[in-house]
Amino acid sequence: MTTTQNTPARSLAFLRQIAGGLTTLAITLLGLLLVTFFIGRVVPIDPVLSIVGERATAAQYEAARVALGLDQPLWKQFGIYVLDAVQGDLGTSIRTGAPIIGEIARYFPATLELATLGTIIGVIVGVPAGVLAATRPGSLADQVVRLVGLMGYSMPVFWLGLIGLLVFYGHLDWVGGPGRLDPVYEMMLEFSMTQYTGAILIDTALNGAWEVFANALSHIVLPAGILGYVSMAYISRMTRSFMMNELGQEYITTARVKGMPEWRVIWVHAMKNVMVPLITVIALSYAYLLEGSVLTETIFAWPGLGSYITDALFTADMPAVLGGTIVVGVVFVTLNMASDILYRLVDPRART
Amino acid sequence: MSLLEVENLRVTFSTETGPVEAVRGVSFQLGRERLGIVGESGSGKTMTGRAVLRLIRPPGKIQTDRMIFDGQDLSKASERDMRALRGRRIAMVMQDPKYSLNPVMRVGDQLTEGLRQRDRLGAAEARKKALAALEAVQIRDPERVMDAYPHELSGGMGQRVMIAMMLIPEPDLLIADEPTSALDVTVQAEVLSILDGLVRERGMGLIFISHDLRLVARFCDRVLVMYKGRVVEELVARDLMAAQHPYTRGLLNCLPRIGGSRAPLPGLDRTGTWAND
Ligand SMILES: Nc1ncnc2c1ncn2[C@@H]1O[C@H](COP(=O)(O)OP(=O)(O)OP(=O)(O)O)[C@@H](O)[C@H]1O
Ligand SMILES: [Mg+2]
Repeated sequence: MTTTQNTPARSLAFLRQIAGGLTTLAITLLGLLLVTFFIGRVVPIDPVLSIVGERATAAQYEAARVALGLDQPLWKQFGIYVLDAVQGDLGTSIRTGAPIIGEIARYFPATLELATLGTIIGVIVGVPAGVLAATRPGSLADQVVRLVGLMGYSMPVFWLGLIGLLVFYGHLDWVGGPGRLDPVYEMMLEFSMTQYTGAILIDTALNGAWEVFANALSHIVLPAGILGYVSMAYISRMTRSFMMNELGQEYITTARVKGMPEWRVIWVHAMKNVMVPLITVIALSYAYLLEGSVLTETIFAWPGLGSYITDALFTADMPAVLGGTIVVGVVFVTLNMASDILYRLVDPRART
Repeated sequence: MSLLEVENLRVTFSTETGPVEAVRGVSFQLGRERLGIVGESGSGKTMTGRAVLRLIRPPGKIQTDRMIFDGQDLSKASERDMRALRGRRIAMVMQDPKYSLNPVMRVGDQLTEGLRQRDRLGAAEARKKALAALEAVQIRDPERVMDAYPHELSGGMGQRVMIAMMLIPEPDLLIADEPTSALDVTVQAEVLSILDGLVRERGMGLIFISHDLRLVARFCDRVLVMYKGRVVEELVARDLMAAQHPYTRGLLNCLPRIGGSRAPLPGLDRTGTWAND
């Protein structure tokens, strides 16, 4: 009659699922590499020519071609490409001649910092707003949350960014302008500090450089606020609908029958269930901020991955564009996997 | 003096197609006894029980002339007073444990929640009480059940967990909504004898909602027969099997008989005046 499972069996199943997830991850990434590889071969930009220049002799051209491995059969080229990529070698930038992975390592933390802060804002504001709206459907609070959310949906990010800069930077001078720091502080950061993570807020805090920290904060607050607003709009709407659904379930009445106070019914009983689908929503919105930040980065002159890929595109630096694309793909797949694991952690039914 | 006195209870849901009256003027009294409520599906048994706890969710509304529990008028009590009564003095065994237990909380956490939150007991002490409560409802491996999640339990196991959970605070009034429908006969007998003991020894009042007329006739003191939100008949339980009311007779005729003919179950005859309005 009892059908309870003991813990070892449960965690074994969990491990098996993670292994399965990793396999999916590997296959997805291989597919991504296949796509970028062929794009690299198909685009009408001759990688050899862009290295040796227009006036190279035939011998020089041929030597460079061999150096790039382009004389090998296609499948061999792909094999080398994958092996290199796995070891973190995404090729060399045509523009700068530097390894692409190193350049991305410098640009990516800026994007990560911005998107992470935006997501944190989105969650901290969006989840309580959604819960508030769900517990008082039709109330003024519900209307306000819905209206503010709708605005976040319908207003283009670049427009918000421009207006924000105009008002809070140009007019009121409350925030720092474009870029991650004022130029003075940029020098300080470059020359007198250990850069542990590349995320300026964290690095300056670790160095105890609070003045630079404050300046960085004044720069990031506007773009992160705008991204946070967009993410909040999505998260609050989804939280509201998940919460409404849970509050209609029978186990909620059971908790009330037990005399539990309303805050506990909502924030413990219902929230634990809301977390299950909400994790996916948060991961999706995080991925969206990480990848979709091109416009924000352009407007705020934010030296992140979006800016890097845009610049590479404009200078026809194909290896850099493809390298950036691979990183974006890896980020997306990793986030997906992380949300999948978290989802299984909060939902016991998904574990068996 | 009676433990619970309900006069003219109404539960109305406002829907898009107009108001739906789930309970329409139910009155009854309950002493320290076993009161059965029977009736076809949708007749308002569950809503009557929940209305006593004032746990009808919107768009449902409760109206009543009087609803006195132990000298206190529940229809006038504040939400705060109601919360103090719920779980401690009035408890309700919920109908379907598959949906009535929180799917992402361990059974143990749900069992000890009241003890920890309300009575401020320590973890170890609360666990000990919960284990004892599980053993009382004939669960042989209580440790394992404590650590399980609801989806890992069978229907009968979930039902016993629900009963244990609601008996832990030793309520004065227990509303049990189909508490034994998924239990096999021996376990059912054991659970019923626990409930019976609580009524006799501690003077608990019991509202026993069930589809099983034979069981109610055997186990309860009095019975309310409900149809479409009304009490159509109230009788002494042992007279139930010999009831004369056409609706009650109809319910009795629907009972499958052991060794009886395999003829299709007769439908309810709804031609009498009681079936109108
Ligand atoms: N949210 C709601 N909106 C409209 N009507 C409702 C709602 N909830 C319940 N009802 C109505 O209340 C009536 C009584 O339901 P109740 O759950 O009390 O029946 P029951 O006697 O417990 O039935 P069962 O034996 O199937 O458990 C039903 O006919 C149902 O249509
Ligand atoms: Mg019912």
